[in-house]
Amino acid sequence: MKKIIELKNIKKSFDGETVLDDINLDIYDNEFLTLLGPSGCGKTTTLRMIGGFEQPDEGDVIFMGERINDVPPHKRSVNTVFQKYALFPHLNVFENVAFPLRERKVPKKEIEEKVTEMLHLVMLSGFANRRVTSLSGGQQQRVAIARALVAQPKVLLLDEPLGALDLKLRKDMQQELKKIQKATGITFIFVTHDQEEALTMSDTIVVMSEGRIQQIGTPVDIYNEPKNAFVADFIGESNILDGVMLEDLKVRFSGHTFQCVDKGFAPKEPVDVVVRPEDVDIVAEDKGMLKGIVTSVTFMGVHYEVIVDIGGFKWMIQTTDFVDVDEHIGLYIEPDAIHIMKKSEYSGLYGDYSSFSDEIDELIQAEEEAEAEAESEAEE
Amino acid sequence: MTKRRRTGKGILAPYSLWALLFIVVPLVFVAYYAFTDNDFAFTFENITRFFTTTSEVEGTEVRTYLLIFWRSLKLAIISTVICLLLGYPLAYIMARAGERAQKVMMTLIMIPMWMNFLIRTYAWMTILQDTGILNGFLSALGLGRVHIIGTESAVVIGMVYDYLPYMVLPIYSIMAKMDIKLLEAARDLGCNGAGVLRRVIFPLSLPGVISGVTMVLIPSVSTFYISQKLGNGKFFLIGDAIEGQYVANNLHFAAAMAFILMVILLVMMALMKRLTDRHVYGGGKA
Repeated sequence: MKKIIELKNIKKSFDGETVLDDINLDIYDNEFLTLLGPSGCGKTTTLRMIGGFEQPDEGDVIFMGERINDVPPHKRSVNTVFQKYALFPHLNVFENVAFPLRERKVPKKEIEEKVTEMLHLVMLSGFANRRVTSLSGGQQQRVAIARALVAQPKVLLLDEPLGALDLKLRKDMQQELKKIQKATGITFIFVTHDQEEALTMSDTIVVMSEGRIQQIGTPVDIYNEPKNAFVADFIGESNILDGVMLEDLKVRFSGHTFQCVDKGFAPKEPVDVVVRPEDVDIVAEDKGMLKGIVTSVTFMGVHYEVIVDIGGFKWMIQTTDFVDVDEHIGLYIEPDAIHIMKKSEYSGLYGDYSSFSDEIDELIQAEEEAEAEAESEAEE
Repeated sequence: MTKRRRTGKGILAPYSLWALLFIVVPLVFVAYYAFTDNDFAFTFENITRFFTTTSEVEGTEVRTYLLIFWRSLKLAIISTVICLLLGYPLAYIMARAGERAQKVMMTLIMIPMWMNFLIRTYAWMTILQDTGILNGFLSALGLGRVHIIGTESAVVIGMVYDYLPYMVLPIYSIMAKMDIKLLEAARDLGCNGAGVLRRVIFPLSLPGVISGVTMVLIPSVSTFYISQKLGNGKFFLIGDAIEGQYVANNLHFAAAMAFILMVILLVMMALMKRLTDRHVYGGGKA
């Protein structure tokens, strides 16, 4: 496969705040690559750098072997589908799509052919003369895609393009984008914070956090072999535990020694252990490798989401068997359900299901601190 | 829903009354006076007088009021075009400047408006006089003197100075609101700076241009004071004519002239709006 874009040691900061910290990324021809991460992780800045809207403070942007750091957006063979579409309100659907062609002084007849073809591709054939402001969100989205594709860029950048659509429409558009990408053979670089979207659409996922790339891999790799606690937590649900690698294929956590399939760690090396909620079996208490008390059960439709307290750590288990709150249960875990990760700066930050969001964690922490303060004041 | 609409009307009531009393009723009176004689009998005489009165200027017979009207319109259009040429780039620069710079520029534009209009015009008299500040400055530089006061240029300078803020502000307010993403999209799709200006910024700013042009053109067509002071009274404008008739207690003819002026301006504005509407929305019939 041919490299189309290379980002080399890219650094960028705004007002002294580091946004991108040594980004290295190769993007190949014809792939669907997703930049995935929470807001503020630098994914949009990375995209804008490829589009030409930001210049790196350090490092190089290479496009088909050429350094393009200082090439302005209009001279790059890259087009963008903007977050809120950014359609021109003074032009109708046809003229929005024809916009880049008119700029290139393409002959009238050819413009008409190409625009018609594009509108057909995005299933908006009857809409050429409509005002863009009269279209629904999904239709505007399609116009934006047609407009970005009509000049046949080498790379299409998509900045959270589906964020404003409702769930069902979003699923349809995911399928369709994938289809369009296959049909046109154009490299798509897609930015999202939605891990499910990333998993279903991408050939390659780049997980970002705090201006750094955490992991690059296929959706299956990223899900099954997360590199650190951040990735494990961000992609899907994970119970992340403190463990010690006793020897190859043997890990101890939660007071029990488990067989696993990982090796190559130093003896007694502290590690992070990931167990996905769907990989845990609930068994009778006396037959379990671990024992705990059910603290909550939520019906999710396909399965129950069960939170189990095991020695103070809250596990999440997804099961189709019903258990009751306060029930004592045992857990059984297969060796290949255990994934071992090296310790990282993210160790200990994620993977306990006392709460789901960081925001709640912060609120709880702030509350505890306030209480502690009040107590210490009372003591004085 | 209906209830809400009713409260909306309730709030509107004082404004409607105000508009009725101070806008609609006076307009009706203007029309009424325009089409009546001194005894308030219906007549077209005032209107025809405007179009037919003749007088001799430099040996040729001319239609007095049509000439005056034409002169007013010409000076007003020149001033409006100059305001647009000066004001549009200024509005653009302001809208793209940093927040602080925007505030400073806005204040600088507003400050002259805090001063009385008559004083501003007198100030221009002292600047433009043959022995005034400008000529003092020019001769000090050894560039000789220019005679400006009492020429059409002086009147235009006065009008541009007075009305420029009315051009800048509406254009600026539209440009400041413009979605920056649209400009990025245009660049992304192949436009250089000039292309972005021509294909996106200008068409989107047209509503601001129209209000700016309206707000400059209308007062400059009907101005009278500036032409009296800076034109040394040599350029009798339609505003001067109306004022003169009013002062002379010819209320009916003054009303007729005001009425005709209003109709012509309305027609002009309507034409302009049609023209720009087509430009904005009719982009592609292909």
